[in-house]
Amino acid sequence: MNLLADVPPLDLSAKRSWRSVKSTIMTGLMVLSVVAVAVPLIAVLWSVGARGLAVAFKDFPDFFVKEIPVVARRAGPGMGPAIVGTLLVTGVATLIAVPLGVLGAVYLHEYGIKNRFARLVRFMATVMTGVPSIVMGLFVYVLWTLSFGYSAFGGALALSCLMLPVVIGATEQMLKLVPPHLREAAYALGTTKSRTILTVVLPAALPGIVSGSLLAVARAAGETAPLLFAVGAATEYNPHIFVEANTALSIQIFANANSSFVAAQDRAWGAAMTLVLLTFLVTLAARVVTARLASRR
Amino acid sequence: MSMSTEDQPGTPRVEPRAAAKAPQRIQVEQPKAKNLAETPIVFDLEKLEVYYSAFRAVRGVTMHIHKNEITAFIGPSGCGKTTVLRGFNRMHDVIPGARVAGKLLYHGVDLYGENVSATEVRRRIGMVFQKPNPFPKSIYDNIAFGPRVNGITGRSELDTIVEKSLRGAALWDEVKDRLKSSGLGLSGGQQQRLCIARTIAVEPEVVLMDEPCSALDPIATARIEDLMHELKSRFTIVIVTHNMQQAGRVSDRTAFFTTELDSKSDRRTGTLVEYDATSKIFTNPSDERTEHYISGRFG
Repeated sequence: MNLLADVPPLDLSAKRSWRSVKSTIMTGLMVLSVVAVAVPLIAVLWSVGARGLAVAFKDFPDFFVKEIPVVARRAGPGMGPAIVGTLLVTGVATLIAVPLGVLGAVYLHEYGIKNRFARLVRFMATVMTGVPSIVMGLFVYVLWTLSFGYSAFGGALALSCLMLPVVIGATEQMLKLVPPHLREAAYALGTTKSRTILTVVLPAALPGIVSGSLLAVARAAGETAPLLFAVGAATEYNPHIFVEANTALSIQIFANANSSFVAAQDRAWGAAMTLVLLTFLVTLAARVVTARLASRR
Repeated sequence: MSMSTEDQPGTPRVEPRAAAKAPQRIQVEQPKAKNLAETPIVFDLEKLEVYYSAFRAVRGVTMHIHKNEITAFIGPSGCGKTTVLRGFNRMHDVIPGARVAGKLLYHGVDLYGENVSATEVRRRIGMVFQKPNPFPKSIYDNIAFGPRVNGITGRSELDTIVEKSLRGAALWDEVKDRLKSSGLGLSGGQQQRLCIARTIAVEPEVVLMDEPCSALDPIATARIEDLMHELKSRFTIVIVTHNMQQAGRVSDRTAFFTTELDSKSDRRTGTLVEYDATSKIFTNPSDERTEHYISGRFG
């Protein structure tokens, strides 16, 4: 007895319909927007790489260690002081902005979520995001440079002002994402609020906080305008943070690209390549460290 | 979740102990031999009310909870079982607008009195939640978290506590070789036992359980229920459950809550209907509403 004998074969194939047409159109649009985003990015990397790689890696590691020629038209390396300067300025800015920003976000989200002062601080942080970087530079120029002269620290102050709102915003978002049941678990064990924040909430939010801070660091590392006022444009190594003019890759790109000499323009491309590499390496290192931390928990 | 068999009301359940019994009435394991009123009173509630801002979620809860007993709260959704339970260790403090009125004494001390610290209260009155919520830390660090908070830092001392707590939660044999791996890598049932181990690691007097088995399959549920019987000698347990069979199997006393419509605000408020020995509630309840609920005619 064959029960299936009289049943027509079941048709499960896809039907042509308006829905499938819409799906095709939307998929096409998505691919287009991915391309629209990727093309400028690749174009920038391509042009920087095409002109900068040869300059930066000629007689490796000359370009990365030699001092900057005082006479702009003289050909040859290097960008050593600018690399050290960028690391110093950005590093100190990070040391100022990340702890302050994380603490600020903890206050805003954990302690002052409803009070007027916290709302004011949150509003000011949002306003700060919109302040043009050159205005921050002027601010630091008046506040610091006029009294103490050019130094890496002045630049770090300007950059940390730019980074602070980004770090606060990112950290607050990450704190919001920490599941409430984790806090409850800690509270139910008789843990105080401060200890819960330190041992449960912040570790759970750590990967996000690191990502947010990295975004801020990467953005700050490329800033030029505020550094022009505060850091100066030295050509020699200056390991001191508080005294004497320093320099940074972004300043050197700006100064050399403005020059009419081909040798200087080449150095600008090399410096641009170096900045891209540096940002990439720092981001990579931070990601590896966070992954280690996350897997250990 | 490893298994798809959810522990829902109405789902046929594997019940080795009560499988052959008639489904009409929930069978209590055996008549309780000892006199239930003999153990000391841990919680003394009188006309307890809990508010969420202006809304009164629960009213009129008057009951005594006794030491080294398992007390079960049953009732339909929204009847305030969990709300009352969370009042016992001041978990409402975290929710803005929530407040407790009426009398809630713990060993004679008003839990909501002026000089009472919520952290001190929670140190003594632990809680296991509906959804297993291990910290994203290693199994060892999950258990050691509470003792560390209380200032125990000695390595060997912590080792002892971790082993004792995991054994107490019947989890030691399954995890003893991977104490350093993440607590999130365990199955749902193991995670819930990890949470129980974490709770008993701080040596509380009372363990509150808010539907601890609702996210678990029947086998994991049976293990947790067995565990509760073992823990009873050391702790006072209050459990909220949607599952009447579970209340019948594990508890010494049962409180039945229900909702009643407030004619003024047109909102439902939970209230305690009847509180008695579990055997009495399930065989000969005094209130008609209890009778209807346990026989499945309502809720």
